[in-house]
Amino acid sequence: MRIPPNITQNIARSLLFLATAAAVGILIFVIGFVLAGGLRHVSWSFLTGPIIDMGRSGGIFPAIIGTGLMILVAIGIAAPLGVASAIYLAEYTSVGRLTNAIRFGINCLSAVPSIIFGLFGFLLFVVMLGFGWSILSGGLSLAAMILPTIILTSEEALRSVPLQYRNVAASLGASRWQVVTKAVLPYAMPGILTGVILSIGRSMGETAVVIFTAGSAVQMPRSVFDSARTMAVHFYILAREGLSSDMAYATAAVLICAILVINISAYAMMHRLMRGRRTA
Amino acid sequence: MDRLISKLLFFAACSSTAILALIALFIFKEGVPIMIKSGLGHFIFGTVWQPLEGRFGIFPFIVGSIWVTIGALVLGVPFGVACAVFLAEFAPRSWVNFLKPAIELLAGIPSVVYGFMGVVWLAPLIRNYLGGPGLSILAASCVLAIMILPTIVGVSIDAIQAVPKTYKEGSLALGATQWQSTWRIILPAAKSGILAGVILGMGRAVGETMAVIMIAGNATQIPHSILDSVRTLTANIAMEMGFAVGEHRQALFATGVVLFFFIMILNSIALRFAKKKF
Repeated sequence: MRIPPNITQNIARSLLFLATAAAVGILIFVIGFVLAGGLRHVSWSFLTGPIIDMGRSGGIFPAIIGTGLMILVAIGIAAPLGVASAIYLAEYTSVGRLTNAIRFGINCLSAVPSIIFGLFGFLLFVVMLGFGWSILSGGLSLAAMILPTIILTSEEALRSVPLQYRNVAASLGASRWQVVTKAVLPYAMPGILTGVILSIGRSMGETAVVIFTAGSAVQMPRSVFDSARTMAVHFYILAREGLSSDMAYATAAVLICAILVINISAYAMMHRLMRGRRTA
Repeated sequence: MDRLISKLLFFAACSSTAILALIALFIFKEGVPIMIKSGLGHFIFGTVWQPLEGRFGIFPFIVGSIWVTIGALVLGVPFGVACAVFLAEFAPRSWVNFLKPAIELLAGIPSVVYGFMGVVWLAPLIRNYLGGPGLSILAASCVLAIMILPTIVGVSIDAIQAVPKTYKEGSLALGATQWQSTWRIILPAAKSGILAGVILGMGRAVGETMAVIMIAGNATQIPHSILDSVRTLTANIAMEMGFAVGEHRQALFATGVVLFFFIMILNSIALRFAKKKF
């Protein structure tokens, strides 16, 4: 017996809908699970207190500062370098063998697993350059990891700038660099920022890179040459060593909230950008 | 002045390639000597990993990586492609604006959180209902399937949307239903793009570390069933880096060399598929 096509259509549509609903359901479940277990242990003193007794009590303030400093180092290096790369690829060069090689390199770098960045950062920054386990080593390794993401999103943002912007600026006698800085970059900035914000989110959740390059000191870091743990590393150690389930949940809840805020603000920015472009 | 800026931008653009070369150089320099010393065949196909006795065989970890990756693909690919088809072809536009970011957000959740969920929720479930230690290939595959979902969905949606509209219009005009057009016309046309997404997802699964350490169980044995505990290449590096010294540490870098090769091969295949156009 043949099933009529319109019935197959309805069955297929329902199954596809179920798959999508399941994916969103998993997202809600994971976030809900962590928040339900953790939020009630989060308090002001938890956010601003020192890590006491390896994390069995106290707070996570040093981990928050460690996370923030490491991301500052990573973004401070990767954002200018990445945007400059994107400007070169989008505005200064066209198709060619050298450009293809550069693109291939970026593409391969984006596929390298984080543990490899950890090994690399350990050899280069911790051992060879003598930075030791430090925020600097961790931040530099993270910068290498997020560089391809920033390049690719920035290039896309630059390419979405209408050609007239460049032509008009150039016809007014602007040099190529002036065209880029005065006409193209302002228009592409929201798109570039979205990529940077998403990279911040990715750095925040990263563990494998950071644990081998920044160590896991529980003290408050005093400079970028001190070892520090990020929230993700702190959570990993709490969960793995079974030090304190409550503290682990609470740390995860703070981490997830921070990542949610970061990602949602990036999407909101993207969305407003798209809407603005459509009406313009 | 303009020429100087152009030069500077060029150097910036080369930085990624330089970093990639540095990574390869450092890992290889540290890892290759021990591979040669123990013999490449013994290193890759040896089944005994006793670093303190100087026996470095990583075959169980290669098998482990392959198993959890296959598991993740079996669960994740149909799931991901189904989401992509729904979002690209069936869902109302207003839903897509909400659903697509939601699925992308799955990639934003830190892998340690997934690992933790696997330990406290999924592993006990598997232990109680299916037997075995719980921390197993199956548990790792389930979690990895979720972690690679955003990659597969994102790339597949792009591939489906890249199929020329005329294909679908032609099919609909011949009286095919929307599902028939999708199944017979659009999916075959988008095949190479979807495959690129699958292979990229595969790379993610092979390279994932923290979640796998927490839920795969890390036994240094060749698994016999999907309920057995395994250790992957990535887990082997991350588990022992903290205390390894001398040849042991070199052997971990050598594990990194093997992992690096795996990923580069997968990435090259993905690029090849992604290049195919209509």
